[in-house]
Amino acid sequence: MKFTKLAVAAVAAVMTAAPVAADLLLPSLSYRTGPYAAGGIPFADGYADYLTLMNERDGGVGGEMIKMTECETGYNTEKGVECYEATKGGGALVYEPLSTGITYQLIPKVTSDDIPMHTLGYGRTSAKNGNVFSHVFNYPANYWDGASGMINYLLETNNDDINGKTIALVYHNSAFGKEPIRTLEELAKKHGFKLTLLPVDHPGQEQKSQWLQIRREKPDYVLMWGWGVMNQVAVQEAANIRYPMENFIGIWWSGADHDVLPAGEAANGYKAVTFHGVGKDFPIYDDIQKYVVDTGKAAGTGDTVGSVLYNRGLYAAMLAVEAIKDAQAATGHANVTAPELRDAMENLNITEERMAGLGLPGFGPAFQVTCENHGGDGLVGVAQWDAMAKTWSIISDFKPTDSEVIDALVKEDSEAYAAENNIEPQCK
Amino acid sequence: MSAGFYFGAEVFINGLMTGVLYSLVALGFVLIFKSSGIFNYAQGVMALFAALTLVGLQDGQVPFAHLINSIFGTQVHHFGWHLPALLAILLTAGVMVVLAILVERYILRHLVNQPDIILFMATIGMAYFMEGFGDLMWGSEIKKLDVGIPQGGNFWIEENTAFLGGEDFYGFYLDSLDIVAAVFAGLLVLSLVLFSQYTKTGRALRAVADDHQAALSVGISLRFIWVVVWSIAGFIALVAGIMWGSKSGVQFSLSLIALKALPVLMLGGFTSIPGAIVGGLIIGVGEKMFEFLIGAPFLGGATENWFAYMLALLFLVFRPQGLFGDKIIERV
Amino acid sequence: MFYREAGDFKTSYADDSQTFPIKFDRYRYWAVLAFAFLVVPFIINDYWLNAVVLPFLIYSVAAIGLNILTGYCGQVSLGSGGFMAVGAYACYKFMTSFPGMDIFSVILLSGFVTAAVGILFGLPSLRIKGFYLAVATLAAQFFLVWLFNKVPWFYNYSASGQINAPERTVFGYAVTGAETQAWAVYLVALIFVVVLAVVARNLTRGSLGRKWMAIRDMDIAAEIIGVNPMTAKLSAFAISSFYVGISGAMFFVLYLGAVEVGEAFGISKSFIILFMVIIGGLGSIFGSFAGAAFMVLMPVLLKNIMVGQLGWATDLAAHFEFVIVGGLIIVFLILEPHGLAQLWRLAKEKLRLWPFPH
Repeated sequence: MKFTKLAVAAVAAVMTAAPVAADLLLPSLSYRTGPYAAGGIPFADGYADYLTLMNERDGGVGGEMIKMTECETGYNTEKGVECYEATKGGGALVYEPLSTGITYQLIPKVTSDDIPMHTLGYGRTSAKNGNVFSHVFNYPANYWDGASGMINYLLETNNDDINGKTIALVYHNSAFGKEPIRTLEELAKKHGFKLTLLPVDHPGQEQKSQWLQIRREKPDYVLMWGWGVMNQVAVQEAANIRYPMENFIGIWWSGADHDVLPAGEAANGYKAVTFHGVGKDFPIYDDIQKYVVDTGKAAGTGDTVGSVLYNRGLYAAMLAVEAIKDAQAATGHANVTAPELRDAMENLNITEERMAGLGLPGFGPAFQVTCENHGGDGLVGVAQWDAMAKTWSIISDFKPTDSEVIDALVKEDSEAYAAENNIEPQCK
Repeated sequence: MSAGFYFGAEVFINGLMTGVLYSLVALGFVLIFKSSGIFNYAQGVMALFAALTLVGLQDGQVPFAHLINSIFGTQVHHFGWHLPALLAILLTAGVMVVLAILVERYILRHLVNQPDIILFMATIGMAYFMEGFGDLMWGSEIKKLDVGIPQGGNFWIEENTAFLGGEDFYGFYLDSLDIVAAVFAGLLVLSLVLFSQYTKTGRALRAVADDHQAALSVGISLRFIWVVVWSIAGFIALVAGIMWGSKSGVQFSLSLIALKALPVLMLGGFTSIPGAIVGGLIIGVGEKMFEFLIGAPFLGGATENWFAYMLALLFLVFRPQGLFGDKIIERV
Repeated sequence: MFYREAGDFKTSYADDSQTFPIKFDRYRYWAVLAFAFLVVPFIINDYWLNAVVLPFLIYSVAAIGLNILTGYCGQVSLGSGGFMAVGAYACYKFMTSFPGMDIFSVILLSGFVTAAVGILFGLPSLRIKGFYLAVATLAAQFFLVWLFNKVPWFYNYSASGQINAPERTVFGYAVTGAETQAWAVYLVALIFVVVLAVVARNLTRGSLGRKWMAIRDMDIAAEIIGVNPMTAKLSAFAISSFYVGISGAMFFVLYLGAVEVGEAFGISKSFIILFMVIIGGLGSIFGSFAGAAFMVLMPVLLKNIMVGQLGWATDLAAHFEFVIVGGLIIVFLILEPHGLAQLWRLAKEKLRLWPFPH
């Protein structure tokens, strides 16, 4: 009879999984466990804390309280599906899946369920083409912007001439890591540098071969597309072979505090591209301290506040809330729905004044989303790590990337997807 | 000699160094397999658990802080002490012994005489359990592990070998951490050999490995031997956890190093200590050299993972019991 | 009570060798089938389909496949993830190269492709045995994943190496792609599962199955009494891979819709399928279902109880989930080392004798 009881319990539990309708439901597909937990925790904390701040300080958005339901994915696509299906019924407004794999399989699902999805600096790059990917947004910058931003930074520091230079790309051997290759190959043709590809298999605990190769070939610059343990090991190995850290540039997912801290002072000078501000030198952090941390409502232990990935989570939440505000203004009612939010996201305009008004002056690039362009303007800056002070600082402001190369690639990739799936252009 | 030759030599030596670490993990497997016929899937998670415990003790973390805080609404995180590395290591070794006793008491004792695959499955259950338990106890964020092992390229070797290969070559690169790891692994193996040859417990251990029933009949306590073996395996896991954790910080991925030991086991044989050592070296050198000579230039790199298994597979086709494994005698 | 019978009254061989010798079992079997085909399609929704039913059905097929190899033929394999990947990528290539082909043929063909690959990687089993073979099959796992990641032809040269399932319809209803209906997807998966399970059941009790079991129990003895180990082992590898390949194809087109090989078909998949087989019971078709149900349902159930009912933090719940699943595996093994199927068998035996157990 044990089985019967178990079955009854199972049915009861699964039935109650359907969430109750809330005011403004923002699901957070986070991962606080598994191989990428170190990166998932601060992001989820930042996302949650900003929403808590909205509720505590402003009484919600436009008078409607925000309800955030967190669902643990463990960076696993199957759990991601379960989380999506479990949360979408209750009127979820926007998804931020924080995983390239989950993004790819949610693209058709969100499109058919008419719920927008925002992938902040990850996911499918060609989703920038809003004509094809009607419900996916990847503003303010995507991977190809990141790759181009790195090369632009190198051009800038080399008097616009990197002809004949050698550049190595150390990348996570997965969909995520392979993203920049095509862009970098195009840029290599354009600027005449030589590109070496060095894949690292998941999880990336062992990278001796790759770094011995770098030591042998002495590339002028090393770019990195890493995530998880791969970052810490790569920074450590680079330090071990005494590769000049200032010539080592990571993507924004390889530029968090915990990526460089284990290597200690040897990591000094390491750089990473970014599309948002670093540190906690923004007025909003006083409010977070006052309303969220001091009142014991912080999602984490409070020690991640102001770290790079915390800021990114906060940025994601901020962009979601701003889009909700726009939707409320456009529709005239506070309790917006997912399709209304999608329309607002498509017209989102983030200006310097707007960010300053939120207590985040200069936190990210100003950008404007349109129906054709779901990716913003792709402005990318560079941050550098100071191991003595244990802080990141922006050394190159948000600057435009090579839209000529990127737009052509976006067009090619998105049109291939449209052809495979018979998608009509949605913009007039 | 050309620089190319010396580069090859450099890769070879680094392969050896990596191989020593693989051997170390493989040793943990072999010990348990030999004495109890269990293929211990949890070995990797044990390394993670040991490293987590070590860092936690060293930094004075409050165990189960998150759980306590969320139940009682408190805000406790740290005791505020900072233990010296050696003391923390000793305490962690103690924890691993306790773990061994618990494993014997609550799992092994109930599964005597079950088929291999059931015992294997039990260790998988254990791996799940410890993974969740370790995270619950110490939190799943990344932690910095520093027990004072030097890191980085060894300059002395680099400078004194730079003259060998001409202009393009600037000395052999060897990671100090790898050298320390190799020395420790060597000492560990040596002491294990001495232990099993010259102490009473060690002899009992070998007797159990040879024949359970015969050992029982001369009055050796199987349970005690199991506790000893699992403690040693726990200690090996601790050493492996320290070596890998120093490089990457302590985090979940540490538990995946067990996968690196499997081809070593295939190659060396599940029951042979020298096999684990030689197998580790062959796999370490083999995968690095293949990546250097063929993988990176012709196949686009990242070949190490599968090559290790392919190499072991090739060996097995010719010697199905592994390099040093017991000869398989089959009777109907 | 339900299992009432008063003696052995079989009068024909057909009676004696039927799958469900007990009348109540037979009725129950038809009732379950009727429920699955006639009732469930009307009540199933997206959550139930994608979070519970579909993964359960797909993993069941994979578990049956591995059970044929490991449970019936005694060859432990840790390459299932890699073989699932073969099924998924074959399916993708068939779908994009021949857009007119219907989904049933595509999935079946993917199974055949996987069977061929399975035979290839089964060859070492002729020499290597036991745990050595298990580890040797890991070579297949790692090599296949590397291959699908490396060679752009497999993913049609897309930028990131992800593959996406294009839309396919059955009688005008979309079963893959964006606009699917829960019941349509469910029925496609169910048809495959039922047919494959019936075929597996009949294979394993036929002459082929007996050969496999002879090899499993003692391969040298089997050889002496005239079982050809090569054909027996390789046929087990082929049929097992066929099942696993089909489950991989379904995993890709019906369930996830987009996969990336390293993430979806990594080593952990191989292990999970092996867990299902062992937890469920080696050498039992019912056990494959029970094991798949355990490994799929348990985490969802625990999560919903801890997060949904008790309101715990998601990370605490996730950690506890591991602790509880691990603990349950150990407890089950200690209570009944032969898996859930054996528990079920014992329960049936007891019921048959109830209320007069002596």
